Amino acid sequence: MTTTVNWAAIDHDPRFQALHKRKTTFLWSLMIISTVYYFLLPIGAAYFPELFKIKVWGPMNFGILFALSEFVVAWTIAFIYTRRANRDFDSMAAEIVRDSDLIR
Amino acid sequence: MKKSLWMGSSALLFMLTSQAAMAAEAGAVAPQYKWLTFVVFGAIIAMTMYVTYRAAKQTHSATDFYAAGRSVSGIQNGWAIAGDYLSAASFLGIAGLISLYGYDGFMYSVGWLVAYITVLLVIAEPCRNIGKYTLGDILAFRNNPKAAKMVAAISTVTVSTFYLTAQMVGGGVLVKTLIGIEYEVSVIVVGILMLTYVVFGGMKATTWVQIIKAILLVTASVLLVLFTWGQYGFSFPGFLQAAVDNPDIQKQVAKLVGDAANNMTPEQLGQRFLEPGLYLKSPIDQISLGMALVLGTAGMPHILMRFFTVPTAQDARKSVIWAMGIIGGFYVLTLFLGLGAAMNVTASKISSFDPGGNMAAPLLAQYVGGGADSMLGNLFLAFVAAVAFATIVAVVAGLVLAAASAMSHDLYVGVFRGEGASSKEQITAARVATGIVGALAIYVGIAAKGQNVAHLVALAFAVAASSNLPAVFLTLYWKKTNTWGIVAGMLAGAGTAILLVLLSPNMTYPLAKIADAKKALDGTPAAAAVEAAPAQGGFMCELFAGADCKKAVKAAAAAPAKPGAREKLAKAEGELAAITDDTAKAAKEKEIAGLKTAISKAEADLAKFDGQTTSMMGLEKPWFQLRNPGLISIPLGFLVTILLSLVTRDRRADEMWDELYVRQNTGIGAEAAQAH
Repeated sequence: MTTTVNWAAIDHDPRFQALHKRKTTFLWSLMIISTVYYFLLPIGAAYFPELFKIKVWGPMNFGILFALSEFVVAWTIAFIYTRRANRDFDSMAAEIVRDSDLIR
Repeated sequence: MKKSLWMGSSALLFMLTSQAAMAAEAGAVAPQYKWLTFVVFGAIIAMTMYVTYRAAKQTHSATDFYAAGRSVSGIQNGWAIAGDYLSAASFLGIAGLISLYGYDGFMYSVGWLVAYITVLLVIAEPCRNIGKYTLGDILAFRNNPKAAKMVAAISTVTVSTFYLTAQMVGGGVLVKTLIGIEYEVSVIVVGILMLTYVVFGGMKATTWVQIIKAILLVTASVLLVLFTWGQYGFSFPGFLQAAVDNPDIQKQVAKLVGDAANNMTPEQLGQRFLEPGLYLKSPIDQISLGMALVLGTAGMPHILMRFFTVPTAQDARKSVIWAMGIIGGFYVLTLFLGLGAAMNVTASKISSFDPGGNMAAPLLAQYVGGGADSMLGNLFLAFVAAVAFATIVAVVAGLVLAAASAMSHDLYVGVFRGEGASSKEQITAARVATGIVGALAIYVGIAAKGQNVAHLVALAFAVAASSNLPAVFLTLYWKKTNTWGIVAGMLAGAGTAILLVLLSPNMTYPLAKIADAKKALDGTPAAAAVEAAPAQGGFMCELFAGADCKKAVKAAAAAPAKPGAREKLAKAEGELAAITDDTAKAAKEKEIAGLKTAISKAEADLAKFDGQTTSMMGLEKPWFQLRNPGLISIPLGFLVTILLSLVTRDRRADEMWDELYVRQNTGIGAEAAQAH
């Protein structure tokens, strides 16, 4: 462990602040979308059973389609986050790490 | 000493299994094919022993033991997380729920996957960046280290014990149902195997055992689905249509919906199986469970620990992605397994082996291989049974490692010995703690024989979501969080979750049991027509019992008296004498045998609860109305942590914030991989 890192200075560095802002907004929006979408399933099944019973493709009803879509949405959110993190956040963090000894 | 221990455990295992093989009673596997099961079991155990042997040779330091030298790749860790997470409850249990209740079983599986979004977005990378070996390390970063580690250890051991008990008891029952090995023997075998992996190979061996198990599990499921779905030409609507048209499924739905079935066509009955509401009847309870899953998974100590085994935060991210692919894909497959089992094995046969439906997947395997009398069918069954066994061992190993780490790393080294403990002392402490936890797990498994422990899994998630998650989340993301906050919040969250479950319908209430038993024996008297009445008391009554609360009553026509089992038995025995036809006679005899079992069970219940009126908490009726406490305990855990943090001051927590926040986002100073 290097003791020369000035944590407070990094925290106040504009580049770190930019990373923090972008990451926070992004993570919170994904988190809220996924939570809301997940709880729609038990709430919908309990309070809107008629909607869940509508047949869309042969015997496949809206309920099955919706439950399957939960998987697709979860995977999509994971994919979106990973792509964004790999593309943006990692390089922003790498830049700060590279200069961490210089930020005073 | 290590070598002799190694030899000892192998010899003991061999003795136990060979003895068990000879003494095995009836199970799902026919006696003449039992050897097949043992061959497959043996092959899997040999494979895991080999990786343990290799891992043991590479385990020299505390980092090796707790975190596999941080040398596990993202993909490997993804498979290991799946292996750690897909317990017998989800592998066999969800397929079983779908086979018995259709849509609701599938809906139930969704929360287990969505939980990983929380893990991915808020927990995995920061924990990898600032953590060392345990949950306690993360909490100790800003908060008072001793207090944080102490409370983290208490919480970890509590959560792991609940989950572990459910696994041990469930595993023992499962192995007995599958191949007829005595309950106690299988608990001891699971315990010794798991101890061998963890004591000698630490996290490295545990990781590989979990990877092997996950691969076996996925292979078995994919093969089963190919065989099952193939019958219907791999058409999804075609497969669903076959389920709708299946007379056994229609019969099962008719049984579940009761009198309402009289007005439904067979086609409607079949379609009903694909609609919600056959199993999960209380939406608030389900939301409560959903909260516990979505937030609890991220607070599970054995899952958290897995993120310390990878070299970088990027690998932690990658491992969640892989885990989500495997776990989600697996749950989609269970839809086919469950419906396939409902069509081909039938719900009545599945529940005759196990009322919870756990035998759906194994029996489906036997069916697709050619049935109970065929060699291939029994080979398939043996394979699935062995996978189920490997599942229990792998999950238990992960849990024991988490609990042992909390005891040795957090309590012994962190609180009592301090930084002075040498690497050798640390690893010895870890091994001793593993031995203690393992022995305890075996003891608890045997002591809890015959107890209903299914609710313990949900309780483990609820405690993790109400205590660990608020503490970790707020420590990582809220500057004002401090030691007082997390200590009080964790104790309050965990305590409330446990207390509410003790006051909930999960407990045994003797009055209800006695009433049920009497009803089964003597039947119900004729009932007058009932008029519909709305519920009284408002929303709070959905959560807590109160004097003003009245449940909604549905309108019902006058019902005639229903005979009890005793009356039915007397009638059936009278009829038996008059029957001459052989098949009808056999059917009647079967009915009589069934009635006799029902009577002896009800009589046993009456004797067991005779004179008791209250549950172990002194209640005649449940006070808390939900089975899952998360809805109350999770917000409470957060609230207490926040309030106490606001009213108290902790200089260290303030001062360390900049460092923690920078490090969790950038990975500066993160524990590096250990080269060998």
